[in-house]
Amino acid sequence: MKRSPQNLKREAAGGSTLQPPHLPGPLSRLRQHASRYLGVYAALWKNSIAREMSFKANFLLWILVETLWFAMQLCFIGVLYLHTEHIGTWTKWQVVMLIGASHFIQQVFQAFFLINCTNLSELVRSGKLDFLLLLPVNTRFVVSFRQVDLGAFVNAASAVAVMAYAARQMHLAPSAWQVAGFLALCGAGVAIHYSLMFLLASISFWTVRAQGIVWGYYNLFNVARLPDEAFGGLFKALFTFALPMLLVSNVPVRLLTDKLSSPGPILLLLAMSAVCFAVSEWGWRASTRRYTSASS
Amino acid sequence: MKKYWHVINIGIQNNLTYRFNFLARAVFGLIPLIAMLYVWQKIYAGKGAGASVGSYSLAGMISYYLLTTVVDALTAVNEDDWQIAADIKDGNISQLLLKPVDYLWYRLCLFLSGRLTYLAVAAAPLALFILYHRQYLAPPASGLALGAFIFSTAMTALLQFFMSYAMAMLAFWVLEVSTFIFILFAFEFIASGHLFPLDILPRGLEQALYFTPFPYQLYFPVSVYMGKAAGADLLRGLLVQALWVVAAYCVARFAWRRGIKHYSAVGG
Repeated sequence: MKRSPQNLKREAAGGSTLQPPHLPGPLSRLRQHASRYLGVYAALWKNSIAREMSFKANFLLWILVETLWFAMQLCFIGVLYLHTEHIGTWTKWQVVMLIGASHFIQQVFQAFFLINCTNLSELVRSGKLDFLLLLPVNTRFVVSFRQVDLGAFVNAASAVAVMAYAARQMHLAPSAWQVAGFLALCGAGVAIHYSLMFLLASISFWTVRAQGIVWGYYNLFNVARLPDEAFGGLFKALFTFALPMLLVSNVPVRLLTDKLSSPGPILLLLAMSAVCFAVSEWGWRASTRRYTSASS
Repeated sequence: MKKYWHVINIGIQNNLTYRFNFLARAVFGLIPLIAMLYVWQKIYAGKGAGASVGSYSLAGMISYYLLTTVVDALTAVNEDDWQIAADIKDGNISQLLLKPVDYLWYRLCLFLSGRLTYLAVAAAPLALFILYHRQYLAPPASGLALGAFIFSTAMTALLQFFMSYAMAMLAFWVLEVSTFIFILFAFEFIASGHLFPLDILPRGLEQALYFTPFPYQLYFPVSVYMGKAAGADLLRGLLVQALWVVAAYCVARFAWRRGIKHYSAVGG
């Protein structure tokens, strides 16, 4: 059977009737919710694919652009390590791994969220947000997941290739749980990028021109791909506890390359991602309360 | 001539509307720079006291990055290329074609006014930042070096502008020019000396880069200031830079002429 949103909805409805009628149960309600949202998300994916495929050359060119920038970062590390053996305790291939991981996290973030975050100000400016507010789904869900950037998955794959190569150069054989932990921590990193960017994008409810946001945030990506040991003082505190860029990719790579002496950084990363998400949810609610439609 | 003064005047007023955008840009732009300085300090610390990378001491390296920031603030195209491409794509140039202004000079005036406004806004945070690092910033190598630096920086601005202008002309033929602009920007970013001074590269690679216009977009004026290019090298460098400016200008003019023939005033 084809999995169209309608079918999913029907399945969900069928599933709930199997429960005893007098006891809906939180679990079945959760399942029903989940399958409904999955259905909506499947439809959004289909739209995105159709949209991307109508500009094929452009799609490929963007992949080329991202690959070039990634290569530039690697060249930079290559040049640095012509002149030094270590940055703190970080060796060349560990830093290559770090650049790869940071690119991977950034691209996964870009695949799911970046366009949606940057589009928010346009939705507010044009008043199109009205339609999304009226839909019978969580508005933050549609706003955040509306479009998928498929090219970013290709870029994420090239980041994985670079990481694999770096691991081979280091004769690194991470255990299954290390890889699983790495992926989970990358997920936490993506959540941090998403929460912070979404929070920034919510500023567009206050000021109409919020186009500088992406550019500003790109500067932070630059910090995320550098080894944490280089930093100190106020800068390190700021980018660990306020904008946790120095945790996002450093902690997963430390886990993968056995550079962790205690579970502290892992817990900190997880805690910071939860805090960032909570703050962004608060910001979003405060912002939507301010929304006055532009169209009517 | 007078009409172009008006363009500059209007450009400054327009740009002042976005003064907070500029300020945010200047301040946020310092973050990667600070991060870079931290990384270099760590590298030098790992090598022991009095170490050098290529011909750079730690102070020299920090000087280099401070100077690139200054030259970049003075010469970088801001959104000029996007605006030119948008003018073409949306058909805005139709009305400019009817006026007795030359589009290239018109855009150059807007570019200059953009730089002036940016400097007015960014000067304060930039000056504070440089003042904070003043013990590292070396004075210019000589009076001559300073003069040549100013001259070379002016040519850098022209080169940046003409190259961006020529790139934006692609909008006559393709719908979406941002990918092309980003590809060029990627090369500029590494080959112009943004990420690291070019003379810490292996010698052959560095020499090869001098056959491209990129070093003249940033690295060259900085190296003039630091006295790395002096005497005959300095003269030859300035000459080559001037040739690149002329070449970029010719390409820009040529692309415009071809583009205008192709132009169909969509939406105009």
